[in-house]
This record gives sequence, structure tokens and C-alpha cells, in this order.
Amino acid sequence: MNFPGNLRYTASHEWVRQETDGTLSVGITDHAQDSLGELVYVELPEAGRRLAAGDACAVVESVKAASDVYAPVAGEVVARNDALAEAPSDVNKDPYAAWLFRIKPAEAGRLDNLMDAQTYRKSFSQA
Amino acid sequence: MRRTPLYDAHRAANAKMVEFGGWEMPLHYGSQIEEHHAVRRDAGMFDTSHMLALDVEGAAARPFLRHALANDIERLRLPGKALYSCLLAEDGGILDDLIVYRLADDRYRIVLNAATAQSDLDWLARLRPEGAGLRARHDLAMLAVQGPRAREKCWAAFPELRAASEALGVFFGVQAGDIFVARTGYTGEDGFELLLPAARAAEAWQRLRDAGIRPCGLGARDTLRLEAGMNLYGQDMDRTVTPFECGLAWTVALDGPREFVGRQALAQRVPAQRMLGLVLEERGGVLRSHQAVHGAKCEGMITSGSFSPTMNVSIALARLPPASEPGEKLTVTVRDRPLAARTVQPPFVRHGKILV
Repeated sequence: MNFPGNLRYTASHEWVRQETDGTLSVGITDHAQDSLGELVYVELPEAGRRLAAGDACAVVESVKAASDVYAPVAGEVVARNDALAEAPSDVNKDPYAAWLFRIKPAEAGRLDNLMDAQTYRKSFSQA
Repeated sequence: MRRTPLYDAHRAANAKMVEFGGWEMPLHYGSQIEEHHAVRRDAGMFDTSHMLALDVEGAAARPFLRHALANDIERLRLPGKALYSCLLAEDGGILDDLIVYRLADDRYRIVLNAATAQSDLDWLARLRPEGAGLRARHDLAMLAVQGPRAREKCWAAFPELRAASEALGVFFGVQAGDIFVARTGYTGEDGFELLLPAARAAEAWQRLRDAGIRPCGLGARDTLRLEAGMNLYGQDMDRTVTPFECGLAWTVALDGPREFVGRQALAQRVPAQRMLGLVLEERGGVLRSHQAVHGAKCEGMITSGSFSPTMNVSIALARLPPASEPGEKLTVTVRDRPLAARTVQPPFVRHGKILV
């Protein structure tokens, strides 16, 4: 399974990428998409919604199960990937290209609390 | 966990393995949706060796099964003919559902669900009269080859089966050498179920693959049978419901005075619910078992729900009040939100065509 080194990860299997404008793109990891199986439905937060860290703010559903997606940090939703509504299985094809939503973080630097790729990989392979 | 003779073949084909009924079975081999489409459009195959074939033999086999099964094997007028039936408890609750083939006047073959096979065996052993023998065929593996091109691809893999099975009617089986070929299945498509010596299973699997038949897992099997409007034991029916409460009234043979286990209870039990299909009419999620259903005059519950790859919407089977009818509008609570759905008469899909 693939966990790019330039991303940060959460214990609830989201990845986070810092964009050049300071916003954070959020998606689900290769491990998450593999466990869920092919996605058939995604529900994404509206732009403008304010999130606390850990808020359930999106839903991904596969043929077999539904799973919440949590805000990795506090902030405001500035964009969502509406193209996924018509093609939810894009998340399975390339989970790191198929971002779900973007957050403008309430505080800069909070990414330090998230895991790097190596720590993330260890976190679930030991579980 | 138990493993079928095809376990190594599944691992070699990169199957994602899961527990099912005490067995380690393939869920999918990469894409359960592509596997689903393969069966609707071409040909796919399932390892169903976790199910148990049980041969019932002897002079008393016929009266025994007429007593033990809710459907009447007297309907099997021709050799090889198959019948779907429930196995009922005395109170009319469903112990299992099964297919029974008439092999000869004194020989029948039953195929039982994996999770219930042992309790079925114990139950049938208690009901068994003198003169009827039970032989569990643990020596057999079972493959279901399904889809519009399943039979022709099967014959490409096993040319020797063609002569024996070319004229085989729907819901008939025939012994062809050491392979029992039956034109049955659990997908709503044409095809064969093959029962063969376990020692030959891996070779047969490879030959079928080489003939262009796609391996399919339990994931596709579940969405295919749901589209076909077929119940899954343990999910859409169990000990607590009668055949009249889960869409299986047609499988209970009440004509004539035949005494069968559960008959008296069925005569007294007023159905508390009926089974109907649901089609989700707006976006907002996927229908799943245990979601609550609300209508103007009804409350109910989904027993099986999923995403239909053929229809590209979410569908379900639901237990609703007995007065419910196809064509009603109602709502289903999906993650605390009411979503619009309509009731339909299953099946949703048969032979590749959407029917609702």
C-alpha cells in the first residue's frame, strides 16, 4: 500500500496535504479505501462550514459499509471536490488525487500533531 | 476457519478473503462491481464449496422429504428436476432454505447453506425414518458459473459436458461423468452450478478461467442475488419468520392433505409482515439492513440493502406491514435523515434487464 511521504495522516485514516496557498486538502488513505472497497457514494461538507478538529464532516459509502470522515484540524471549509459525486470510485483509483474537501486552518502549524507516513503505516499494521 | 479446496486458487488470484458462515471465502478479486457486471453481461464464477450437498437415499427418501420440506417434492415429476424449498421448524419459522434435486425415485440431492448445514443435518437426522439414509457429500466441491455466456464458456472449458447438458432445462440437473451439472444459480442469470470431486476443483477452476470466466466473490454474489430479489438466509429470513412473511408463499405447497413440519403452525399464524423491494429515489446514502422505513400507514425495516451496480441506485428488501403494496412512497432513515423511496415487487433485475 502507498503512503506518500509528503502527506500527513490521522488515526482515523485521513490524509492531509498542505497546498501552496496555506489551505489543507483532505482525503482518505489507501488503507481506508482498500478496507471499504469500491465507493458508491460520497457526501461532502459545504464551503463555509466551520469545523472543530475531529468533527465528522463527510461520509464515504462503499457497497458494503458507510464511514465518516473527520476534520483533521479546526478550520473553515473552502472547497469540496464535487466531481466525486458522479465518480466516487475515483477515490479507489487514486486516493491521493481524489481529495474530498479543503480547509483553511484556524491556526497555522497544527499539522505537527498529525502522523508522518512511517508512523501512520506502523499505527495500523500493529493494530 | 474452514477452507474450500480452492483456497490456494483464491489467494493466487489476489482475493480479499473474509469470514462467512465459518469459512474463509473470497469477498472480491479487486473489483466487486466489475465482477457483478461480468455476470450480468458475460460470465463469472463463484466458489460455493462452503455449501453442503446432502444426498438422501433409500425407499423412504420420498416420504421423508415430503414430510420434512415445506415445498412438495411430488412436484418433481422428471428425473433431474430441482425445487426450491424452506425447511421449517414446528412453529413455522424458517430453519434454512435449500434446493433439492430429484436424482432418482429413491435418491435426492439437497444443497444447504454453509452456516446452517450442521444444524440442518442434526434436524434432518432426528426426522429421518427407517429406510432413508443421509450422506453429507463433503467430498464434493461446488462452482457456480453464471451469466448470459456462462454455459457456452463452460462447454469451451469442458467439451465433454456439452452433450449431457446442452438440452438441460432451467432448474434441471444431470450427472455427466464425475460432474453433476445443474442449470440453477443465485444471480438471476442463466448458467450452471457444478458439483464435482473436491480433488478436481482446482483444475476445473483453472480450465474455467482459461475459458474466459471471471472469478467473482461474495460481494458480487450478494448484489446479484439482491437485484434478483432472492432472500439471503440469516438476513432476510430466519427462525422468527414464516415463508409468508418473507415473500416465499409460492414455495409452500398447501394443495392436498400432505402433513409437513410446520404446516399446522402456518395455518394458525397470521402473517405479521410482508417482504417488498425498495428503490431509493434521491441521493443521500445507501440502503442497509436495519434501517427504519416509514410510510403513511406503515413502519418497517430493511433486511438487505446495497447499491445496485446494474441500476446505479440503492435498492433493498424490507419487511413491511401485510397491507403494503408495490408503488407506495415512503421514507427510509439513513444516518438520521429521511430519504424518499418507493416500494416495488422484486425482482429488480433478471437476465440483464431492469424490471422495476
